[in-house]
Amino acid sequence: MSKWVLKGLRTGIVTTCYPDRDETAPGVSPGRPFDKESSIEIDRCPTKALVRYGRSISVDYRRCVHCFRCARGEQGLVQWQDGYEWAAHTDPSRESFSLGDVFRTSLHIRVIDAGACGACLSEIEQFNKPYYNIHRLGFFVTPTPREADVLLVAGPLTDHMRMPLMKAYEAMPTPKAVIAVGACALSGGVFGPSSYPVEAHPTVSPSTWPSPDARRRRWPSFMVCW
Amino acid sequence: MEHSIDDTSFRSLADEAAKRWPGQVQVNIDAPRSICLLGCDGGCLEDVCCWAFSALGYRFATLVVEEESEGWLLRYIFYGKSGSGQLHILLRSPKEECSIPSISGLVHAADWHEREAEDLFGLIFTGHPKLGDFVLHEEWPGDVKPMRSDFNARIPNERRELDPEWQPQSIVQADGAFMMPIGPVYSDMAESAYFALETVGEDVIRTIPRFFYKYRGVEKISEGLPVEQVILLSERFSGTSAFAHSLAFCQAVESIAGVDTPPRAKALRITLAELERLRHHVAAITGICGSTALLVATSQAGILEEEALRMTGSFTGHRYLFGLNTPGGLSRDFDNLACGKLADDVTALTERLCELNNMLRYSSSFLDRIEEVGAIQREQAITYGLVGPIARASGLDWDLRRTLPYGGYEEVAFEVPTEIEGDGYARLRILFREAEQSSAIIGKIARALPDSEIAKPFQYAAGKALGWVEAPRGAAFHWVRIAEDGVVSRYRLTTPSFTNWHGFHLAAENFAFQDFPIIMATFGLSNAESDR
Repeated sequence: MSKWVLKGLRTGIVTTCYPDRDETAPGVSPGRPFDKESSIEIDRCPTKALVRYGRSISVDYRRCVHCFRCARGEQGLVQWQDGYEWAAHTDPSRESFSLGDVFRTSLHIRVIDAGACGACLSEIEQFNKPYYNIHRLGFFVTPTPREADVLLVAGPLTDHMRMPLMKAYEAMPTPKAVIAVGACALSGGVFGPSSYPVEAHPTVSPSTWPSPDARRRRWPSFMVCW
Repeated sequence: MEHSIDDTSFRSLADEAAKRWPGQVQVNIDAPRSICLLGCDGGCLEDVCCWAFSALGYRFATLVVEEESEGWLLRYIFYGKSGSGQLHILLRSPKEECSIPSISGLVHAADWHEREAEDLFGLIFTGHPKLGDFVLHEEWPGDVKPMRSDFNARIPNERRELDPEWQPQSIVQADGAFMMPIGPVYSDMAESAYFALETVGEDVIRTIPRFFYKYRGVEKISEGLPVEQVILLSERFSGTSAFAHSLAFCQAVESIAGVDTPPRAKALRITLAELERLRHHVAAITGICGSTALLVATSQAGILEEEALRMTGSFTGHRYLFGLNTPGGLSRDFDNLACGKLADDVTALTERLCELNNMLRYSSSFLDRIEEVGAIQREQAITYGLVGPIARASGLDWDLRRTLPYGGYEEVAFEVPTEIEGDGYARLRILFREAEQSSAIIGKIARALPDSEIAKPFQYAAGKALGWVEAPRGAAFHWVRIAEDGVVSRYRLTTPSFTNWHGFHLAAENFAFQDFPIIMATFGLSNAESDR
């Protein structure tokens, strides 16, 4: 078995330098539509995520599913901005929300798949892998809600997952918080509203489809108690 | 050409069917699509399906139920070995007649398809041993049939109060036998699914899975939507195989419109599909290493997985290949230099993957955990119609890229690896070997892309067609019907995870508790893909 030890040592540390330096790995943030001067019809957006303010166009990141249709094609395109951090609070007037000093050094997270397509879950899995190694920042993924401070919900919340989600939430000790991951959990994404996936709970806080780094960066600042 | 469709096979099939059931079976041929269509009545359905499956050795692809104004149309789709084309067996039944003879006693692969149709359409498959409690769980009122046209999927659905006394059914009757429930919320970050492990102590005798916790009704909510909207659903119901499924959908739509994609789009689609397969297989290998708690190997594979994701992100702009397929081609072109660099990066990644494989092959503690675990015999794989790496690990060399070549794969030379043991280790070896093949395909194609436009201008047409791909987890079939007004009126999704979860209980029988995560990881299936 010594070969594995040697292999590990030879590989060295691959973990990102974040938060000391910006994360610049490709695809970590796919960017966002942001255009100061555009005349396109915002109705073209299939999830109605584009928002017009006068001549400029911005995006409702609870709805944007990164279909890139406003960035590609032949007719009137929208400029995209790179490197945007896809995380925010439900209430725009609140810049940050803290659970309190109790969780300043460590936070336990129970991940709930409420109908996710697998991409968000795959991204969440990267947390514990060498490149991001979330432990070093005091975040721990826990298998039981009884130890969890935060429920991390991915997916549009299907009918069949409503009860398991509520049970998990009730099993958590207080204080507790819920974080929604991805446009599906926030607005139903491409699935909602329909009679199968339930529309996102209004007090679930937003983030969108982010990559691990984008999500991790601002966690402490966008939690909301249910 | 070696793998081209033999023009005569589906014709001879039609002749033989006409001879066997004179006057009972209406025979038609769709020559451009190499399909033999046989219209049956309830009396000969079982015979015809049994003939296709047992005598001809055809494989069951899917059952498509369509509600027409005058009645039900059931389409049982089979496909043969390379060059045989497809066989569609059609059964029409009046609207008020909801009883259909079950074929799953003869063609067991149709079992879950019939259970699903019973749950969602309210059809009764007579002779089926177990119907009910499948897609719809106990909170759905019994008379709600959500796939019927009179069900409105756009308004909130009424629910039944949950029965707190509800218990999963148990099969094992023995002194001291008990059931250990796992799920639907379990493990660190597993997908939601429920498994009842029936045990008398250390060993699990039987596993009874319960799925569809993630049922989003994709087939229903697609109805009435324009193609541009449905393509979003087709790629986002299963994010880890998004490119494959959106490709299957696009191919169905292109087949309806009679559009052939430009050569450059074909070559790039193959490149991207193989890139997705490579990434999927690396992720599955990471999962298998993780399930055996071999930490350094898990980290090493995890590094490769993240690098494959970054490679995809830097090449396409999206780590999971979203937003690329569009009817007629791709939504963007790629620079030839960037494609060459992708091929170099993929080759380098594969070399490191091979190195990992060589280390794992000689790690006895690792092999002890996965050898002879979760074995599936070849006969079982045939009976259950298993597909993808799982079937190939059990000795079935079926691969849609070969059997029903599509989208330019006719021109691509590659090997379809098979193993015979059918155990966890055989499945791991298949993943490594297929990843190498994918890498070789990318190496060949991405370095010599033909020059042409990237997408053909597209005009939607009304009609119906089947699209199929060999997705990373196996054969996927998308049946699409487009109505006169240009909206999708029926979208039937048959996914490899749905097909293979059906056979999961075969692998999860008589094993020690601690092997459960390993069996799960070597299956590497997705509930998002299965539940739809």
